[in-house]
Amino acid sequence: MRRDSLTAGIRAGIPFALAAGLLAASFGVIAEPVLGAGATLAMSAFVFAGSAQFGSLAVLAGGGGLAAAVGAAVLLNARYLPMGIALAPSLRGRTLRRAAYGEAMIDASWVMANRGGGRFDPDFLVGATLPSYPAWVGGTAVGVFAGDLIADPADLGLDALFPAFFLALLVSGELRSGAVPVVVALLGAAIGLALTPLTPVGVPVLAASAAALLGLRGAEARREGPRSRDPAEHPEIEGDPVG
Amino acid sequence: MAEEWALVAWLVATTAMIRAAGPVTLGGRELPPRAMEVIALLAPALLAALVVTQTFGGEGSELTLDARAIGVGGAGVVLAFRGSILLAITVAIALTAAARAIG
Repeated sequence: MRRDSLTAGIRAGIPFALAAGLLAASFGVIAEPVLGAGATLAMSAFVFAGSAQFGSLAVLAGGGGLAAAVGAAVLLNARYLPMGIALAPSLRGRTLRRAAYGEAMIDASWVMANRGGGRFDPDFLVGATLPSYPAWVGGTAVGVFAGDLIADPADLGLDALFPAFFLALLVSGELRSGAVPVVVALLGAAIGLALTPLTPVGVPVLAASAAALLGLRGAEARREGPRSRDPAEHPEIEGDPVG
Repeated sequence: MAEEWALVAWLVATTAMIRAAGPVTLGGRELPPRAMEVIALLAPALLAALVVTQTFGGEGSELTLDARAIGVGGAGVVLAFRGSILLAITVAIALTAAARAIG
C-alpha cells in the first residue's frame, strides 16, 4: 500500500465525509421508525451504500415488500459493476485483496482516484473512502438516537453537493482530454435523462455506461493515427481536487 | 421483526458481491487496449448520468425541476468561468439552500 496515496486520499475525502455524515443522519431519522434502531445501524455499518439504503427503505416504507426493496437496492448499486470493471486493471494481488479494494468503492472516491486513460490509484481510493465510513455510521446513529437535534440536509442545500461535485470533475477533468469524452458525457446524460421516467431507479445510470462503448470507435481510429491521449492531461485530479 | 433483518442481510450480500465482481473477475491482469479505451470513457459517461439523475431525479421514477437545478446550474456557471471546484460546490449548496428558503 502506498502511504502517500492513502494520505492524499484521506485529505481529499474529508469534505465528502462531512456531507455523508449529514445525509446518514437523515437516513437514521427516516429509517428508525421503519426498521428499528438495530437494523438501521447494522445496514449503515455493513451495507455502506447511500442510494441503495435510501431506495430500499422507500420501497419498504411504501409497502412494496422485501423482494421489491432488495431489487431496488440491487439496481441502485448496479453502477458499481462498470465502476469495478474500470478499477480492476489497476489492482494487483490475490483475489481477496482485490475484492477488498472493490468494497472500498463509493462514488466520490472512485471518481477522485481516476487518473485518466483507464487507470486508477487504488490506495488513493481507499483513503478517500476512509473518512466517510465513520461519518456514515456515526451520522446514522445521531439520526436514530437524536433525530430532533439535526437539521434537514435538504434545507442546507446539501442534496446539490454531489451533483455539483460530479459536474465539477466532469468539466475540469474528463472533458479536457478531447472531443470523444465530451460526446460520451452528452450521450451518458441523454441516456440518464431519457430513461429516468421509463425505468426503475438505478437503471438510467447503469445504462449510461453503454455510452463508453464509443471508445471502441476511438480505438479503431487510433490504430490509424498516433496516440493523442496523455495521462498528464489530467493534472487537476492528481492532487487534492477540492482545493 | 424478521423483514427488516432479512432486508439488511440481502443488502449486505448483494452490495458486497456487486462491488467485488469486477475486481475479482478482471483484476490483476492487463486488459486489451480496446477495453482500456472503453474503461477510460466510463468516467465521463457515469459522471454525466449521475449529474442529471441527482439533479433532476424525483421520488421514484420521475423528473423534477427544483432548487437543486438552480444550485447545480450556478456551479456550472462558476466552472465555465474557470472557478475552482470548491467554489463551484459552495455556490451550488448556497444557491440551493437560498432557493428553498425563498420558495
